[in-house]
Parts: sequence; structure tokens; C-alpha cells
Amino acid sequence: MIGAKIIVECLKKEGVEVIFGYPGGSVIPLCDALYDSGIRFILTRHEQGAAHAADGYSRASGKIGVCLATSGPGATNLVTGISTAYMDSIPMIAITGQVATQLIGNDAFQEVDTTGITRPITKHNYLVKSTDQLCRIFKEAFYIAKTGKPGPVLIDIPADIQKSEADFNYPEKVEIRSYKPVYEGHPIQIEKTLSLVEKAERPVILAGGGVITSNAAGELKKFAEKAKIPVALTLMGLGGFPTQHPLHLGMAGMHGTRYANNAIMETDLLIAIGCRFDDRVTGKISEFAPNATIVHVDIDPVSIGKNVSVDVPIVGDAKFVLEQFVNNCPKTNTEQWLKKINMWKEKYPLTYKDTGNLKPQFIVETISRLTDGEAIIVTEVGQNQMWAAQYYKFKYPRTFISSGGLGTMGFGFPAAIGAQVACKDKTVIDIAGDGSIQMNIQELSTAVSEKIPVKVVILNNYYLGMVRQWQELFYEKRYAFTCLKEKQPDFVKLAEAYGALGYRVDKKEDLEKTLVKALNYNEGPVFVECVVEPEENVFPMIPAGASLKEIIEGLA
Amino acid sequence: MTHQNQHHVISVTVENKSGVLARISGLFSARGYNIDSLAVAETEDPTISRMSIVVRGDEKILEQIYKQLNKLIDVIKVQDLTMENHIERELVLLKVNTQNSNVRNEIIQLVNIFRAKIVDVCKKTLTIELVGDQSKVDAMIDLMRTFGIKEITRTGRIATCREK
Repeated sequence: MIGAKIIVECLKKEGVEVIFGYPGGSVIPLCDALYDSGIRFILTRHEQGAAHAADGYSRASGKIGVCLATSGPGATNLVTGISTAYMDSIPMIAITGQVATQLIGNDAFQEVDTTGITRPITKHNYLVKSTDQLCRIFKEAFYIAKTGKPGPVLIDIPADIQKSEADFNYPEKVEIRSYKPVYEGHPIQIEKTLSLVEKAERPVILAGGGVITSNAAGELKKFAEKAKIPVALTLMGLGGFPTQHPLHLGMAGMHGTRYANNAIMETDLLIAIGCRFDDRVTGKISEFAPNATIVHVDIDPVSIGKNVSVDVPIVGDAKFVLEQFVNNCPKTNTEQWLKKINMWKEKYPLTYKDTGNLKPQFIVETISRLTDGEAIIVTEVGQNQMWAAQYYKFKYPRTFISSGGLGTMGFGFPAAIGAQVACKDKTVIDIAGDGSIQMNIQELSTAVSEKIPVKVVILNNYYLGMVRQWQELFYEKRYAFTCLKEKQPDFVKLAEAYGALGYRVDKKEDLEKTLVKALNYNEGPVFVECVVEPEENVFPMIPAGASLKEIIEGLA
Repeated sequence: MTHQNQHHVISVTVENKSGVLARISGLFSARGYNIDSLAVAETEDPTISRMSIVVRGDEKILEQIYKQLNKLIDVIKVQDLTMENHIERELVLLKVNTQNSNVRNEIIQLVNIFRAKIVDVCKKTLTIELVGDQSKVDAMIDLMRTFGIKEITRTGRIATCREK
């Protein structure tokens, strides 16, 4: 069997149903083998779109997304997408073509050192040196991508390897002597945590993306309810605990709720699960959770003790450890504490000023109401992302898809396409900004030709809004390079030019009926351009590097 | 315990494959850890290489280095030998200036005291091969400076733990 056919068989063995990709000189043999393989090939219009779509597919489904690109520029165009997946621990396989083996190192046409470039942004990568390595490498790559702390794995395959012959012999098992992820938390540490839970007066759980990745949302809810501990979430943890739940504190950190941040500042026991204490969550590290004993559960030993000093480290899988917590949960007394938190919730709710104009927060609230929390919300990066995080009422894990770690503008639209491909029957909505939507707008063509009914709601304030907000607050309103007024395309015409549906809303009262029309349209993508108040800010806000106490409450 | 900037000799066993050295050196540069020296070669098992890496840092940095190295798929085992009873050696080739025979004789005497070897002689220089631990190497280099060192070539430290 030739290498290209072997690759296809490997992908089938791993249950791959769809590949997002873009052809090119070094992957012609592989594309040829895929042509009648039965695996769906979604031709994106840029390799970056392919990487984000594979990532969105993974995030929405929990399966492994696969993207494909040719050598050289194809591979470098994947780089942002691979980094995005790496920062958020998303399992993904990136397949790249490479120039023929005998040309490697010669600066051949479309040659780039792909494994060299992607080494720091992949969990692991491979350059295939002979066709008979393909089966072992694919087996290992899928295994590495999805186990332990998941992440993207890249396989770089020279063109000649795709054409030469070898036997197809897919290994049953993987044996990597140097890679043995730990799933079960240490029993003594678990016991120690539970005795702390028993004694704690003001405990808080801080749950991150690890809870989503390990499918532990159910266990988290059980533990929180049994121990009566309120739950704050990181951006990546959104959806991991239902927004409407009485123990829900919302998002913590820079644009988190005041009550979540207050709770962290006052807690005497912080149980962090599957989060890595990013600077956007902690604010000033030396003043983070000053009164707390900190328990940190994470599958990745590196995350523990990296930013915040931890009293009880538990290396393990969130689901497994939470099960242990649930099964051995002590009796607790947190009534006073919950009372205080409820007082904060009433006093400092997330809010904005209703000026009668179309406000971005109102748009997200309306989407939340119309979809009843059942949609998959994908975001771009910036203000749109924060308003989506703050105002959508999430019910389930894997329904909030956003580039958390890398903060990649242009992520949302292709990721939404991937999510929609993974979840055909779900409503998928990309909440976008007028800046970020233009970073991968070419994927409209992909969505139209594949009839992917993604809804894109563009919160158009004619600014690169988040940077403008920082400029307003910290740079004396010097709006350097952030104003897009009169430099913006007509998004409705743009959608129509691609063969998609486009609507524009600029009045509050027109919003609902337009959104309903968009939500009911399932033949392909829809753009809903919402012209919103231009200088609206995201509040509350904690300035970068400040303590969680230093909250700016704006009159948004 | 561990002081700021104390030297540590870390022994890392890795898969003997191309690209592994780049992964490790890339990790150090990306995370801003300093490598003082790095020596690598095949072990008794030809599929495994051993790297002896000398690094500096406080306890927190050392812990991160240890964990980050372990996170690499190709890394089999990481050991901080400084924490154990261990043997350290380094090989140094020293080219020393010799203006006249008196100087040459003096150097040869010192070489004998240090149990080093003269491996090359020419009119103007002597090349000395010295094997030893850090203090011996430092002492020898220091002494030779008085004669004028033309070139120093060092392997970097390698280390192994003492068998119990």
C-alpha cells in the first residue's frame, strides 16, 4: 500500500470522519487518496481557518479535530491555529506535507523546517522518515494528543513518503516508555483536601478548562452541591457549571464578576481545579487569595506551583479527583459564607446602563434568551468575547468556545464552522467584533459551499474595542490605530457577495425579530451586523497587574 | 536549602533521536533558564542518550526545569544529581603559552602535581589535558593564567551518582 493510502487507513482506524484542509504541492498524493476515501474533506479558504476549524470541532465534540496543509506556507499558516490549540490544551492532529526526503535542507521550493517551527507550540511533533513508520507515528500521535494534558500533535510527511510502498499494520497498543500520564490524584492529598473542606468557613472552587476537557462538569456540580461550595470559573471553564445555579459565581479575574473576585479575596480555602492561574485570572499574584489555603488539582504537574504557591498539590485528572471528592465529601457549614456571597450578588450584579441605544450586552442577553442557553457560543477575541462570557447563560460544558490562552482574533468564525460540523443539530453562534471577523472572513466561502448554518453576530462598534477601552482608560483617549470608522466594509453586501445571508440592525427594537430570522435560517451562514454604541466598555475591570480588589466599576 | 544561582548538575535520559537536543535547548531558551554547560552522548543502551546539564537557579526555577523537562515526550528520566552523593568530572584542553624552557618546566611540574597530561608540545605552546571536578579544573585554570592561556576547550561537566 502506498504511504498516502496508509495515512487514510490510519485516520479511519482512529475514527476520523472529517478533515479541514487545503491542498498543495506536497500533499497531492495524500489528497488523491482522500478523494474517494469516504472521509469528508472540508476545503477551507486559508490554512489558518483549517486549524481553527479542527480546533473548534475538538472543543465542541471532545473528539480529535484533524487539519491538513501543504509544506512551506501551508504549514506556516497553520502556526497560529496550532498555538491557539496548544495554549488551551485542545487535542488536534495537524498533518503537513513536506518536500521530498532528498530535498530536505536544500531550501527547496516551499520548504520550511516545520517540525522546528512548531516544536514549542505542539505537545509533540514528528517528521516521518520512512513509510513503514507511518502506522506507529499515527497511533502515537492520536494517543499523545488526547491523553494526559491534551494538545496538538503535528505530523510532517515528505511527498516521497506518501508515494512509496509499505505494509499497513496498525498497532493495537501504544507503548511510549517516556510518557505515562497520571490520572489518579494522590489519596493522601485528596484526604487532606477533604479535611480542609470540613474545616473551611469560606471555601471557593475555581474551575477551569480542565473540567471541560476531562468531562467532569457533572462531578463538579455534585461536589459543589454536596459540600455547599460556591463555584467561580475561569474563561476556559465557562459552561463547566450552570450560570443559573445558586452556587454559581461567574467568571473570575480581569473582567470577572465582583462577587467572584470578592470571594477569592476573602476565601480561606481555594480549591482550583483544571486551571493554571493565568495572569488574567490572578491579577497581582502577591495579593491573590491572601487568606487562603490553596489546593490545586491539575493533570499537568508544570501548572502546579508555577504562578501561585500551592499548599496541597494534586496531580490528576479533574474527573477522577472530583469523583473522589464527591464520594468522601464531609459535612460542611458554609451557610454564613453563602449568605455573604448572595448579598454581594444582589449588591453588585453584572449590569450596564440602558440608554435606549443598541448595546452589545443587550444583544448577548437577547441571544441567550432566544436560544435558552442551548446554543454553542463561539467568540472572537476582545470585547465581544468578554460580553459573551459575561451575559450568556450557559447550561452545559462545550457550549462556550473561545481562544483563552493565546487570545487569537479571527479564531471564532472558523472555529464555529468546525463546531457546527461536529454538532449538526445544535445552533452555533459566533459572537464577533468588526475587527476580528475580518481576520478570517474568507471562511464565508467555506461555510456557503458546505452549507454550514453558522450564525455570525457582529458587534460593530467601528473600533478595535478592547484596545480602544485600554486607550480610553490608561492612554488619555489617544486612539492609536483602533478606529475603523469609514474604513469598514458593508458586512451585509459582503455576506451577499459570498452567497450568504446578511442583515443589519441598528435599533434596539429591531434586534429580536432579525435574530429570530437568522436563527431560523439553516441553509447556510448568516451575518447579523449589529451597529452598537461605539464607546461601550467592558466592566467590571481590573487593570493588568492590579490586585483583584482594585475593581473599576464603570457606568457602562 | 537551595540558594539563588547555585549550580545544579541535572542528568537527563532521553530517546536517542534527532531533534531531541533541539527540544531541550529550545525549552531552556523559551523559558529563560540559563544553561552553563550541556554534554550529551549515547548510553549503554543505544536507543537512549544521556544529557548532563549544568544550570543555575533557585528552588522554584529548578522545580520548573525538572517538571518542564519531564513534560517533553522524549524525556525518559530527570535527576538532579546535586541533591545526591555523586561524582562530577570535566575534561579540559588548555593551550598555554611557553616563552622559554624555564616556563615550560614549571608548567610540566604543575601538570604532574595535578595529574594532568601534556598532549601536544610546540615551540610556543603546551596543550594540557586535564580531567577533574569543578574545584580541580578551576584551580588548574587559575594557575595557568599566570603563564597566559591561549585557548580553553571544555566538555562541560558530566556526572553520575555513587552506587550504594
